[in-house]
Amino acid sequence: MKEIRLHGRGGQGVVKASHIVVKSAVAGNSYGQFIPFFGVERKGSPVFGFLRLSGTPIRRKTQIYNPDILVIFDDSLVKLPATYAGLKDGGVVLINSTKTAEELGVPAQAGEVAIVDASGISEELFGRNMPNTSMLGALAKITDLVDKEILFNEIAAAFGEKNRVAAQTAYDRVVVEKK
Amino acid sequence: MGVIKAMTGNTAAYTGAALCRPDLIAAYPITPQSSVVEGLAGLVYNGKLDSNFVQVESEHSAMSVVQGAAAAGGRVFTATSAQGLALMYEPYFRMSTLRIPMVMAIATREMTSPETIWSGQQDAMSVRDAGWIQMFCESNQEILDMMMQAYMIAEDERVHIPVNVCYDGFYSSHLMEGLDVPTQEEVDEFLPKYDGYAYLDPGHPQALDPLTPGNLMMHYRKEHLDAMERALDVIEEVDAKFAAKFGRSYGGCLEEYRCEDAEVVLVTVGGMSGTGKDAVDAAREKGIKAGLIKLRFVRPFPAKRLAAALEGKKAFAVVDRSVCFGWNQGPMHMETKAAVADVDAKFCHFSAIGGLGGADLSYEHMVQCIDKLEAMKNEPGEKETFWLMAD
Repeated sequence: MKEIRLHGRGGQGVVKASHIVVKSAVAGNSYGQFIPFFGVERKGSPVFGFLRLSGTPIRRKTQIYNPDILVIFDDSLVKLPATYAGLKDGGVVLINSTKTAEELGVPAQAGEVAIVDASGISEELFGRNMPNTSMLGALAKITDLVDKEILFNEIAAAFGEKNRVAAQTAYDRVVVEKK
Repeated sequence: MGVIKAMTGNTAAYTGAALCRPDLIAAYPITPQSSVVEGLAGLVYNGKLDSNFVQVESEHSAMSVVQGAAAAGGRVFTATSAQGLALMYEPYFRMSTLRIPMVMAIATREMTSPETIWSGQQDAMSVRDAGWIQMFCESNQEILDMMMQAYMIAEDERVHIPVNVCYDGFYSSHLMEGLDVPTQEEVDEFLPKYDGYAYLDPGHPQALDPLTPGNLMMHYRKEHLDAMERALDVIEEVDAKFAAKFGRSYGGCLEEYRCEDAEVVLVTVGGMSGTGKDAVDAAREKGIKAGLIKLRFVRPFPAKRLAAALEGKKAFAVVDRSVCFGWNQGPMHMETKAAVADVDAKFCHFSAIGGLGGADLSYEHMVQCIDKLEAMKNEPGEKETFWLMAD
């Protein structure tokens, strides 16, 4: 089982993106689970969610303290202690940013850092900051947890073909730094 | 054959309810249940569900409207949580004591105060003596499946008691996972059309529920309690029928997980059970003989089955996501003790309380409970209540 913790801000589509991942896992005859954490529901406030993917049924219904993967939708969140907290040794960090891993203060135990300007892609394609489908495209590139074709089809089904383009663009542009 | 779909617990609840073809739904939105009734309203509006949807101004009205429709012979549904259930209490109690079957989902939530909208089982647990049958679900599949089973149990003429299908707010209501959604034809084959007795019929006007003297009231209450007792068998029968039709059995009133040779046992309620099973598996790998009993129905309380399941074990902890004020422990620990004779002489046992107000009931908490039981298993008696704090 892989545990993924997602951090974003209200309105960035963290929950909808996670639902697409779970649907893709289920459509691929595998198992997925997502639990959103609801705080004060307000646009712009920090939000997070807990995503699990596994080849066997997922039974625990808890928050994630030691993620294998961190997906960060907004790079201003790296200043909050909760964002990098508990990342596993050798874990993967995916951040929507134009900064470098050093500037983003990625913790030493990270085994892989992937950076993609998902907000930039979204601005280019949609004229506004809706980074979630681009982040999924980047996630598909750096992990093999979900089938790319199924994922991209789910993205297109949920948000339209233009979002498939956003995902593919991020897939092509994400820069991975191994440690 | 059904289809495998990913959906949240609330979607599973309304999908299951819709498959049971309710004649009437009345509801008022409240977090975290709201998307159940929003979903049903959408199905009715879009012509996918042939039902009457009544928007009301409060939960008190929601229960009153479904009560009237059920008394006129209809199959009815509503859903609520926490403060909504509290506001509904007066017609809620009347619904069960009128002995009219129906199903109500409760996406369980902590009771205010301090002000909260998050998870907890205090709402449902606080009304466990209001005459309803109450059961708690672990997975989204179980939520969907229990809608069908709940109508069958409630409508059985040996029972005629309404049923609450409860599941954890947020940790289940908003959790998305895959499940098998049966077809309408399959559900129709399992759950017959409801042919409810119409107490209220404009063609034959009569008063329902007149002022009743105590000597008659005594008979009503005795019959209600006897019907609760009969429901224990009906629950097992319906589980078996469901398994024969759909291939999924939940164990009826309770599920025993790795209990055969267990020395230490966790007793759990609702979504925490899955987390507990993971902890049991890990404990087994360490050589601890751990098991788990998932208490599915808390009303009627399956006292005999629970006592039999605990027979010969050395220690148990009951994990509650609610409190029993005045007993300094969780309600299901109190009731488990009541079910077992000579409990302090036979067992080391304690109440564990966690997950209140949306707090996480973590895997580590479950491991801590098992480790504590293992360390004390040879010292019978009740131990101090264990509060599963995060910090």
